[in-house]
Amino acid sequence: MSATTEAGARPSAMAAALKDAAITALVALGLFVPIVGLRTDVSPSGTLMLRQRWGDVAILVAIAFAGRLALLAWRAFRGDAKPASAAHAETMRKAGRTVAPILLGLAIVLPFIPGTGRYELDLGILVLTYVMLGWGLNIVVGLAGLLDLGYVAFYAVGAYSYALLATTFGLSFWVCLPLAGILAAFWGILLGFPVLRLRGDYLAIVTLAFGEIIRVVLINWASLTGGPNGITGIPRPSFFGLTFSAGGGPGSFADFFGIEPSPTHRVVFLYYLILALALLTNWISIRLRRQPLGRAWEALREDEIACRALGINVTTTKLTAFALGAMFAGFAGSFFATRQGFISPESFTFIESAIILAIVVLGGMGSQIGIALAALVMIGGFEVFRDLDEWRMLVFGGAMVLIMVVRPRGLVGHRTPTVALRERRSIGAEHVAEGHG
Amino acid sequence: MSAPMLAIEGVWTRYGAVEALRDVSIEVGQREIVTLVGANGAGKSTLLMTICGAPQAQKGRVLFEGRDITRMPTHEIMRLGLAQVPEGRRVFPRMSVMENLLMGAQVAGHDPKPLLDQVFALFPRLEERQAQRGGTLSGGEQQMLAIGRAMMSKPRLLLLDEPSLGLAPLIVRQIFAAIRDLNEKEGLTVLLVEQNANQALRLAHRGYVLVNGRITLRGSGQELLAMPEVRDAYLGGGH
Repeated sequence: MSATTEAGARPSAMAAALKDAAITALVALGLFVPIVGLRTDVSPSGTLMLRQRWGDVAILVAIAFAGRLALLAWRAFRGDAKPASAAHAETMRKAGRTVAPILLGLAIVLPFIPGTGRYELDLGILVLTYVMLGWGLNIVVGLAGLLDLGYVAFYAVGAYSYALLATTFGLSFWVCLPLAGILAAFWGILLGFPVLRLRGDYLAIVTLAFGEIIRVVLINWASLTGGPNGITGIPRPSFFGLTFSAGGGPGSFADFFGIEPSPTHRVVFLYYLILALALLTNWISIRLRRQPLGRAWEALREDEIACRALGINVTTTKLTAFALGAMFAGFAGSFFATRQGFISPESFTFIESAIILAIVVLGGMGSQIGIALAALVMIGGFEVFRDLDEWRMLVFGGAMVLIMVVRPRGLVGHRTPTVALRERRSIGAEHVAEGHG
Repeated sequence: MSAPMLAIEGVWTRYGAVEALRDVSIEVGQREIVTLVGANGAGKSTLLMTICGAPQAQKGRVLFEGRDITRMPTHEIMRLGLAQVPEGRRVFPRMSVMENLLMGAQVAGHDPKPLLDQVFALFPRLEERQAQRGGTLSGGEQQMLAIGRAMMSKPRLLLLDEPSLGLAPLIVRQIFAAIRDLNEKEGLTVLLVEQNANQALRLAHRGYVLVNGRITLRGSGQELLAMPEVRDAYLGGGH
C-alpha cells in the first residue's frame, strides 16, 4: 500500500486514484453492456425483440467508479494510520482476554435470560454446532495447515453412525457418541493415507472429492442409509435415562424432578449438551497446542521439510490431525442427528464444508476465540438478515468481502507463542507474510 | 583414528531416470570436520539427503556409528544422534525463536534447559530475539537459528547444507567460527556441504570434491586448497 506522506505528493496520488477508478469503471462498462444493457424480450406480436437499457448501465458504472474511489481513499487513510498496528495487536489481545470469558458467561446463562424463547435457544444450538465444527476443522486447517474441503463428510459419518446404531441396535446416545467419534476418526485416517504426499491445491481437490463421495454413497446405498429419504425416527437423547416426553409421565425428566412438563426442557438440555461438546473440543485443542503433538502440527503447517529434518514423523503428525479433526465432526454429527430426529444426505452438501471453512478463515486460522466470533457472526448474521429474502446472500457475501479487506488475516489474526521464558508477547498479523499458512 | 562415525560405501542414488550419485564412498571420523565441495547440481545436497533416508540409496550402504541406516525411515534416523541443517535454513516463520529451538529438542527428548543455554552462549543474538518470530529474523540470524535448532537435539554428527548461502561475508565468518567452536569445544563431528569452497576447505580437516555424482578428489583441506584443479574450478582461479 503506497500511502502518501507529503502534501506535495497528494495531487499525483489523487490522479492515480482517479485513473484506477476510471479503469474499474471501464471494466464495469465492458461487463454490464452485454449483461444489463441489452435484454431480449418477447414483443407484443410474439417475436423476439432487443430492449436497450443504457440508463441502468450508466448507474452501475457510476457505482463501480465511486465505490473504487471510496475504497482507494479509505486505503490511503488506513495506510497513514499503519504504525499504530503493533499497539492495535496488543489491544486486540487484551480484548480477547476479556471477550472470551464474557462470551462463555453469556453462553452459560443464555437459557435463563428473560425473553429467551425456543427460537433463541434453537439459534444458540445452531451457532454452537458451527463453533464446534469450526474448532474441529481448525485442528486440520488452522494448526496442521492441511486444506480440507470435505470436512462435512465426517459430520455425515457421525450423524449416520448414530442414526444407524440407534435405530438398528437400539443403543443409547451416550454409547453411540464415542462410537460415532471413533468411526469418524477412522474415516479421517482413511482419507489421510492417500493424501499424505499432497499439499495445498491438490489436497483441497482430493478432500473435496472425498466429501462428495461420502454424500453420493449415502444417496445410493438405499438399503442401508435410506437413500435420499434419509433416516427417520432417530431416538432423542435422554438425561441419564430420563426422557423428555412432552406429556410427562413416569420416567420422564419432568416427573423425576417434580416440575411441569415442558418441551423447552429438551431444548435447554440440547443447548447445554452442544455447549459442553464445543467446550470439550476447545479444551482439547488448547491443551494439545501446548503438547509436542500440537507443536508438531504447527511446525508441519510452517515447513514440512524442516519437520523431517528435525526427525518429526510427518505421517503420524498428519494422520492424527485428520483423525482428531474428524472425531470432533463425528461428535457434532451425532448431536445433529439426535437433535433433528431425521437426517438425509441433503444436510451434508459441499456448502456446509464451505461455511465451516469460511468460519475458520474469517476467524483467523488457528485462533479459538476468533472462530467462535466468526461462527456467531456468520450463522447469527444469516438469521438476522432472514427478512431480506433474496438480498440476504448479497449482504452475506458483501460482509465476507468486507471482513477480508479490513482484516485479511481473519478477525483475530495473531497467534500467541505457546512457550516463553519471561513474558508472553503476541505476534501481530502485520509480520506474517501473505500466502503462508 | 577409531572407527568412522559416518561411512558411506558405494552409494548410488537416483531421481527417476537421473542418476544423482554414482558409487560415492566417503568417511567422516570422530570429531572431524569434513567438507564436500562441488558445483551446482553435482549431487552434494542429494548426498546429505541420502544420509537422512530421503531419498534412500539404490545401492550401497550408509553406516552411522557402525549401524546400517540405509533403509531406515527419516524420522528414525534423525533420532540416532545426527541432526541436519537443511538448505535454505527453513526456520518456522510464524513460530517464535524459542518455539523454533524447542521444536529441535522435541524428538530427542533431552532436557531443553542446558541445551538452550549452550545455544544462547554460542549465538547471543538468539537470546535477545527469543520472542521474535522466525520469519522476521535477518538471513544470518535465521542461519544461527537453524544451527541452534539442530543443536537442540544434542547431536554427535551435524550435517550442514550450504550454511553460507545468501549471507554477507562477515556473517559467513561468524557462522563458520561457530561451527569451529562447536567442533573444538563440544567435540561435534561435522559434515559440511558448501559452494563457498575457499572458506569451507580452510575450516575442514578433510574434504571431498564431487563432480557429476562422483567423488573425483579427496584429501586434507590444505591439500585440496593447493590443488590446481580445485583452484581453477571452485576458487575462481585463485582469487
